[in-house]
This record gives sequence, C-alpha cells and structure tokens, in this order.
Amino acid sequence: MQSHSPSPIVKIRGVSKHYGEREARVDALRNVDLSIHAGEVVALLGPSGSGKTTLLNIIGCIVEPAEGKVSLDNELVYDNRWLSRDLRRLRLDKIGFIFQFHNLLPFLNAQDNVALVLQLAGKSATEARRRSIELLDYLEVGHRKHAMPALLSGGEAQRVAIARALANGPRIILADEPTAALDSKRAGIVMDLMRKVAVEHDACIIAVTHDEKIYDRFDRLFHLRDGRLDGVKGEMT
Amino acid sequence: MNLAYHDVRHNLFRFVLTSLGLSLLMAVVLAMIGIYNGLVADALNVVRAPQVDLWVVESGTQGPFAEGSKIPVSTRDSVARLHGVIEAGSITYQTIEAPFAGSVLRLYIIGFERGRPGGPQDIAAGRGIGRSHFELVADANSGLAVGDMIRLGRDPFKVVGLVEDTTNSGGDPVVFITLADAQVLQSQLAPPAQRIQASRGAGLSASRDTVAAVVARLEPNADKEAIAGTVRQWKHLSALTQADQEQILLQSVVDRARRQIGLFLGILLTVSAVVIALIIYTMTMEKLKQIATLKLIGAPDRTIVGLIVQQSVTLGVVGWSFGLVLILLVKDYFPRRVVLEPLNAVALGGIIFAVCIFASGLGVRAALKVDPATAIGG
Repeated sequence: MQSHSPSPIVKIRGVSKHYGEREARVDALRNVDLSIHAGEVVALLGPSGSGKTTLLNIIGCIVEPAEGKVSLDNELVYDNRWLSRDLRRLRLDKIGFIFQFHNLLPFLNAQDNVALVLQLAGKSATEARRRSIELLDYLEVGHRKHAMPALLSGGEAQRVAIARALANGPRIILADEPTAALDSKRAGIVMDLMRKVAVEHDACIIAVTHDEKIYDRFDRLFHLRDGRLDGVKGEMT
Repeated sequence: MNLAYHDVRHNLFRFVLTSLGLSLLMAVVLAMIGIYNGLVADALNVVRAPQVDLWVVESGTQGPFAEGSKIPVSTRDSVARLHGVIEAGSITYQTIEAPFAGSVLRLYIIGFERGRPGGPQDIAAGRGIGRSHFELVADANSGLAVGDMIRLGRDPFKVVGLVEDTTNSGGDPVVFITLADAQVLQSQLAPPAQRIQASRGAGLSASRDTVAAVVARLEPNADKEAIAGTVRQWKHLSALTQADQEQILLQSVVDRARRQIGLFLGILLTVSAVVIALIIYTMTMEKLKQIATLKLIGAPDRTIVGLIVQQSVTLGVVGWSFGLVLILLVKDYFPRRVVLEPLNAVALGGIIFAVCIFASGLGVRAALKVDPATAIGG
C-alpha cells in the first residue's frame, strides 16, 4: 500500500452513466465516487456488463458521463459537461493506455511505436527517438527496439505497450486486461513492471482485470456490481 | 513520422500487387483512349494525306469516303481552270486484298496523277513514284519494304517508297499507285459480270473514264466556300471543303465506332473509379482498430486523415505511372494505331487523383466515425 499524497490524481464524484432510454435504459454507473492517489495500482473487478469498462472509458475521457465531476491530475475535466474542447490532447498529455492485446501499430517497429506518441505531443524526431530508446531500455526491451510487433513475444509486446503508455510521462495509466494474453509468469513480470512504473513515475495505474492470479498485486480492488462501486481490498474512497 | 510511408513499407508486397492491378486497369483505360484517338486520327489521315483544300465529288453524295462517288475524269480540267485554284488532280479509292509472302494483305489503294495533288506527301523511306506504271508507295504498317514486289490484280508492282501513319478509317494501310494503274486495277477486280463486260471492251472504258473525286489546292487567300459554291452549280457535281470532308468522316464514317469506344471508355473509367474506391475503402476498413488506437493515444484527426489520403494518392500515382509506362511500351504492338497525347495522360492522372481523393473521403468519413473506445474493446 502506498502512502497517499493529499490530493488524488483521479477524483470522481457522483458520476452516473446510462445507455438507452425508458424501457431500454441500462444504468452502467450509478453515483460513483472514486479517488486514486499517486503510486497506487488498483483494479476494477466485476462481471461483464457491470460498468467497469465504462468507468475506465470515463476516466480515459472516451465516454461522456451523464452527470458528476471528474478531475484528472488536479484538473477538473468534467463538470456535467466536458470542460476541455480537445479531449484527445487531454489524453495525450495526462493518460497512458495499456491494452489486453497491446494494440501496437503493426507497421511501426517497437521504437517507432513509442516515438509516435512523443511526436504527437510535439517532440522532435531526435528527441522522440532518444526518449523511446530510454523507455525501452528502462522496461528491459531495448534490445528489441527495431523488431516489428508481430515478431515480439507477448511479454515483450506488452512491455513496449507500457513504454508507449509512459512516453509522455502521464500520471494516469489505464490498463484493460493487461495480463489476459500472458501466462502467469509473464503476467507477474508485467505487474511488477507496472508497480515499478507507478512508484518511480509518481503515477497511478487503474486496471480492469478478471485475472484472479494477480489480485494480490493490487493495492486496492474495486468491485463493480450493477453500476455501483464496492471496495473489496484496501480502504474505500 | 509519416504513418502512410511506414504502413506501405510494412505491407510492401501487397501494396505493389494492388498497384500492379491498378496499373493494368490504368493501362487498359489509356489503351482505350489511344485506340479512340487512333480511330479518329486514322480517319482524318486519309483525308488529310493529299493536303488539299477542295474535294469535288458526285452530286448528291458525300463521297468519296462516306459514300461512293464517280465523276468524269475530265472534271479535273474544269476545276483547274477555276479562279483561285492552284492545281487539281483526279483520285480513286478502293480496298483490295493482295497475297504477299504467304499471307493476304488488306490494302487501301489510292490512285493519283503524278505531279498533281492526291499523292503521298512525306516519303519516309525510298522515293516517290517515278514511272507511269507498276510502282507503288505503301504505308509502313503494311509490312512491305522498299524493293518488295507485290501482285495487285494481274500485275506485279514494285515498292519504291514508304510513308508512315497513313491508313483508312478501317485501319487498312494505304498504298499509292498511279491513277492509270488504279483504273486498270478497278476493272480487273470487278465482279465476274463486269469482267464479262470488260472482255467486251465496255467495262474497262467506263472505269477509265471516271474517278472517285477531284482534289484541288487553292490559293492562300482564295474564298473556299465561293469556289465550292461555283462547283455545286455544275451539273452532277458537288464540292466539299477540307473541313466539310473531315466533318463528314467524323460524323458518319467513324461516328458509331467513335461513340462505341467513347461509351466503353466511360464505362471503363467508372469501373476504375469504383475499383479504386473499393480498394481504398477496404484498406481503411482493415485499419479501423489501429485508427481507434491512434485516436485513443491522442492522435489528431489530421494524422489519421493524412494516413488515409496519402496512401490513397500514392496508390493512384503509382498505378497511373506504371499504367502509363506499360501502355507506352506495348502500344506499338497493337494491330491498330494507338495515339496517346500528353494531354490524355495528364487528364487521366487528374481524374484518378480526383477519384483517389473522393475514395479516401469515404475512408476518412468511416475513420473519423470510429469510436476510440473500440480499441479498448467496448
């Protein structure tokens, strides 16, 4: 368990989200409150349709809530409406994403996959190259920097994906089933890496997972049931 | 970082294969344009070959190309005497098949008077006809060479010169012989009934007394319409200016073929546009997951639009370039002339560019609609 800094990096208050109207209405999230602090690695658990992906998408500024407030890295980004007009820029600057199947661009090698995010943020090609090599080395996959994603093992690809997520130094990293495509040994390695990243980069990691083998690797587990959030392990918000 | 370049390089074999298919399509489109131009050029060639200003033909006909025309051989002297006429000459036209080197050549025979308008103008090899009989100048496409002997009718002719790109509207190579030889040839090749008449002395005489047309060169400042008007007042005769004659050829002789090819060209261009649109749309659809990921990690729309449009235009440019090179390499092997003007290639390039932009527009529309959440999986 990490010692929490005074203000959480992710702060959600009274967030609700529903899909459809009237008889077809489905409440994906009901009045959810959540705070995640720097250095924390937390998991969102729950059966299919419980709202965990919706919550992850709301934190990722991909899905708009129906109501509530969302603050990311001390910036209020949603207060019953998006407060930023450029959500992609917001994502680029504040959030890193790690996917179940790494989602590396197949036509870019490992280094370019990382460098792309840096260049999108306005870094020069030289600076992007330098920083991407640094990150790949940090995640112990620097020797595979010229390899295309198809030639990387599952563990290597996920490390490259983590490097990409870290490229712009975001303080919020969202992970969707980050270990689902890995065996238990590699899943453990990836989780160790994620914790290392959270601590050393003063970031928080929020993961959606069904992988019971790694539950003990999280500081807190949040169980979503019918759109409501319960803390299972660790203190609540 | 240019994503389009990296994507093309990653899928190079597939891109080259797609470009190759597209270039074949472009080559076919360019070939059709060339055939269309060739048809028009061939039709006009035979009219332009004598380099004259006035055509005097049988009254009530649009001869000698669109319709048959027979006028008295003495017409030439009457035309030559008109004010404003520099020189006039009688000519005949007929198509024959002649055996040569184990095959049969289909030739378009033009009989002309030596030293008068109607004969070959630009000799590419050899010389012009120097004797009154049994010499010919042929279009190089006939396969004849200077010095060859070929039997036309009953008489052997010697090839003394060659001209280039001179065919009739059907693509048959032109052969120039003297008017006297052409008149004999007409009687020799007549149907059996006419041969019987010829054996009695009647047919041969009739053939030698008539020609298909009289062509005339006018003084530079002569009033062509006025001279033509004068001739039209003569009994049994009509006159067409060079422009009239070209118009008749384009509107009657090759009109249907021209429209047929034009229509086919239109269909081909439409098919090409659909194929290009489909290729580019499919290429984009295959990348939707990657596009969703790009959106999710913060790529702006211009990066995604650039990826699609640049690939689309590259595909079009490569397809068009290969197609152009291909058709330029093979166009001379076509049985009929393929005439490609630089403007045609540029125009097709413009059309393909527009199609690529339009097709990429469809892809861009689909790409911009992609929900970044699909990269996460719901």
